[in-house]
Amino acid sequence: MFESPTLQTLTDYNIWIAMPAIALAFGTMFLLVIDVFLPTNRKHWTPLLALAGIVVSFVINLLTYSPEQSTTFAGMFVADAFTGFLNIVVLITAFISVLLSTDYLRRTETAHGEYYIMLLLSATGAMFMVGANDLIIIFIGLELLSIPLYVLAAFRVTRTEERGAPYVLKSEESGMKYFILGAFSSAFLVYGSALIFGATGTTNLREIFAAVGPILESTTENSGALLLLIGAALTLVGLGFKVAAVPFHMWTPDVYEGSPTPITAYMSVAAKVGGFAALFRLMIVGLSGFSLNEGVDPAAWQSAIQVIAALTLILGNFVALSQTNIKRMLAYSSIAHAGYILMAVAAVGSAGLTPNIVNTAAQAGLVYLLAYAFTNLGAFAVVLALENKDGTGTELSDFNGLYNSRPMLALAMAVFMFSLTGIPLTAGFMGKWLVFSAAVQAGLIPLAIIGVLTSVISAFYYVRVIVNMFLLTDDAGSPATGETAGVRYAVYASMAGVLIVGIAVPFVTNLVSMVSLV
Amino acid sequence: MENAGLLTTAVLFLPLVGLTVLLFLNGKTQVENIKWTTFGFTILTFLASLVMWANFDTSVAGLQMVHQWEWLNIQVGGNTITSTYYVGVDGLSMLLVLLTTFIMPIAVLASFSMHVLEERGRQKLYYGFLLLLEWAMLGVFMIQDLIIFYVFWEVTLVPMYFLIGIWGAERRVYAAVKFFLYTMAGSILMLIAILYVANVTGTFLLPEIIAQVQANPNIWNEWSGAASASNVTGALLFFGFFVAFAIKVPIFPFHSWLPDAHVQAPTTGSVILAGVLLKMGTYGLVRFNLSMFPEQSVQYAGFIALLGVIGIIYGAWVSYAQTDVKKLVAYTSISHLGFVVVGIFALNSQGIQGATLQMVNHGISTGGLFLIVGIMYERYHTKAMDAYGGIWRIAPAFGAVALIVSLSSMGLPGLNGFIGEFTILLGSLGSNYLGFFFTLFATLGVIMAAVYILYMFQHVFMGELKVPHGEDAGTFSLNLKWNEVAVLIPIIVLIFWIGVQPGGFFDIMSASTNELVSHVETAHTEVMDANPVETNAEFAYVGETVVTSDAAE
Repeated sequence: MFESPTLQTLTDYNIWIAMPAIALAFGTMFLLVIDVFLPTNRKHWTPLLALAGIVVSFVINLLTYSPEQSTTFAGMFVADAFTGFLNIVVLITAFISVLLSTDYLRRTETAHGEYYIMLLLSATGAMFMVGANDLIIIFIGLELLSIPLYVLAAFRVTRTEERGAPYVLKSEESGMKYFILGAFSSAFLVYGSALIFGATGTTNLREIFAAVGPILESTTENSGALLLLIGAALTLVGLGFKVAAVPFHMWTPDVYEGSPTPITAYMSVAAKVGGFAALFRLMIVGLSGFSLNEGVDPAAWQSAIQVIAALTLILGNFVALSQTNIKRMLAYSSIAHAGYILMAVAAVGSAGLTPNIVNTAAQAGLVYLLAYAFTNLGAFAVVLALENKDGTGTELSDFNGLYNSRPMLALAMAVFMFSLTGIPLTAGFMGKWLVFSAAVQAGLIPLAIIGVLTSVISAFYYVRVIVNMFLLTDDAGSPATGETAGVRYAVYASMAGVLIVGIAVPFVTNLVSMVSLV
Repeated sequence: MENAGLLTTAVLFLPLVGLTVLLFLNGKTQVENIKWTTFGFTILTFLASLVMWANFDTSVAGLQMVHQWEWLNIQVGGNTITSTYYVGVDGLSMLLVLLTTFIMPIAVLASFSMHVLEERGRQKLYYGFLLLLEWAMLGVFMIQDLIIFYVFWEVTLVPMYFLIGIWGAERRVYAAVKFFLYTMAGSILMLIAILYVANVTGTFLLPEIIAQVQANPNIWNEWSGAASASNVTGALLFFGFFVAFAIKVPIFPFHSWLPDAHVQAPTTGSVILAGVLLKMGTYGLVRFNLSMFPEQSVQYAGFIALLGVIGIIYGAWVSYAQTDVKKLVAYTSISHLGFVVVGIFALNSQGIQGATLQMVNHGISTGGLFLIVGIMYERYHTKAMDAYGGIWRIAPAFGAVALIVSLSSMGLPGLNGFIGEFTILLGSLGSNYLGFFFTLFATLGVIMAAVYILYMFQHVFMGELKVPHGEDAGTFSLNLKWNEVAVLIPIIVLIFWIGVQPGGFFDIMSASTNELVSHVETAHTEVMDANPVETNAEFAYVGETVVTSDAAE
């Protein structure tokens, strides 16, 4: 197992299947070099080149998209429909985030080339997490995803002349908070991985899968069951932090509020995609030994996921009710949505499920992530359009009468809010339907009922935004100073995505039906 | 037959085509074009639905003019759950489709002279929402696939929410949000029930689910899967659907959103709400609760009919106490729909046929009443009953029309309301599950209806002439606009038509309702036979005789 790679194994490395991620990494490096040599009056090429890099990676991903599962790098990286699908989500997220960033950075006078480089690096990290088939790769991907995000969260530096200003830019604070807590959670993940390695003797998820069953069924005292249990719990903490699941969510509202808005948009999706990809791989491929064995109770950590999902749904939705700042509201809403996706993860954890149900649950989670990506990016794009140069303009009251001043923006925001609520004909409904369906099939009726009831709660605060925009007709409406061409494209692209996923359902379900993890 | 199916799809999607056309018109400069395009498409939809009616075969009990297209497959535990675009109509759907396509052009035409539209503008959005609403409502009545039904069901919320919220009266925001959240809370539990049903049966397709229920009426309680059933599962599922529909109807304890929504909604909003949207609830009860859960329907028939009777009396009583004309009419809806609920849960042919006809009647009469109130509101700018009086003196023809609509709502013999209510009372009297007392108390409702309707009519149309503030009593006249006259004519025609010649309408639905009743009876008898311990000899005996008497008909 630990033999040094021979020439033979080296030629087995099929780099092509990891090409989307590798291409993006190369693109990033290329951009790093180019940006240095770009003259000042040509700096606006950097985002264009970044977009080009994303497109190249996207095309390669479409070319390599295959339902066949194949591994490379000695089984550490796996490419299947799951990888391909989530790569698409990550790349779309990165693309829209870059669109959102260009004018925003110019407006806030923070335009630096390294911003885009870090954004792409972070996306590369997410893509490696998505294809990870090994605890080590999960960790490396997670760090590659997170470290640029720490920097980006703090990117809106308060310049000296602004220090005495009446407003406070919270960007540095949010970057610091995110970094300290994020580093802490990474440590949990590493420690957990080490314990799992200790119990099973391998870091490869497939091999862990094979080892888990015998360990748990063995009756000898030192079988490693306890190690496995603690290890699983610690990795759950680490990944729970990334996806902002309760009780590991504390950082979310502060960081979302303080970060530059395009980064909030990016982070709210990409970090979740990465985290959930790892959770799915770890729970289904790695640690699901229990649930697929007939007649054995579901593992303790899998029941824990049900509890976490319920808590996340309840806390996220209820606290979002009382928010007055849209960025904080969307932060709590993103916590709540993590809860819905966790329902899909929890659905995997019931005893004696057939592989078909397990795969259905994974597919439901993927569709939800795609729906959530389009919707959340769109919502943040509208928020960004309303945000003033000094970071104000993100209160809920700033949306009053938006339909009067910017009808298209208001309509788009209404679509996003309905999608987050889960009203049919939008992507959000598709996601919720499939996730609830997965939960019902797995027999988690109480969790499903909590899910629908909290959806009703969520309607309160999402509908409030629509009320402010459409029904408060006396207000003149925000001038939406941030609505520039790039933002407008981002809004329209997201809206198209939301409606396509919501209406042209077979298109998405066909894409996702190839996903099979077990 | 395939062409007939395409016809159904055409009726369903015509409003959406209209909406697409509307998108290309300029909301500021082409307001007239927008109005007439919308009206044209609703009329076109109406004509197309008349063609459907002409092609409708009244001797067929099941669905006809079916059109289907496989929509998506989801792998579930080795089975494939297929959601299918599956439209078709049976007697019940046909009538409600006709009602929808009939009410919509009236609603559009009535909007032409609405003051609030001039004042708040956004006319393109308004007419767009009307078309979207028509599409969604038609979908609810035509779709036979549970999940797509749910999609259409929820989509109706969005345009109605905006209609109330943007173009409503003073407290419109409150009413709109209450409407949205209340109805959504009910229907989302139905989603879980739908998913569970699909999980048990392996399909979302209603005809297939009904076939499985027919094969094994106890299917819900006997299923063993990941979420194994217990002996209350069937009841829980039944109530999962029931609550969603009960809120929409609204059945007595779930009614509090209705007065708010009606009073705050613009005239057209009220017309559509009373005319069609509430019928979605009663339609759902017949289409889903009765056919998928026959045994539970029998079991809880008495309880639900009791709620219906409470609604009849409570609605009438509260109605009488109102000082706001529109609120008065709103509460009459609760009373009238109580009749429909009693009729449905009489679980016999007369009851369900009467209920179905009463759905149509209520749509026409109450829709008409809201139109009349709306016309007066345009002149008086108030809904307080005290502000009105003696309108008959200046507009006797208008007064006569209002009198006919009021009497129809009251259930005067010779007009449409009488036929529906009478048949329902007949059904509840002959029902195996309800009894004399249900009929007795329901009949009280008819008498009370006379009280509140005549009270309103007397206050508004009789006595001293009262004129709007700032108008001169000598010169004041209603000056009815052409479109206001035009919308009332078809309503009066239908009131008399159904009142005098109801046979044609009963013919449409009789085959379907008879089949439904025998389905419920058979399922009930089978469950009773399967559980001899719980068998109630009287029930089984009476159930059998009813089946044979139906066959004799």
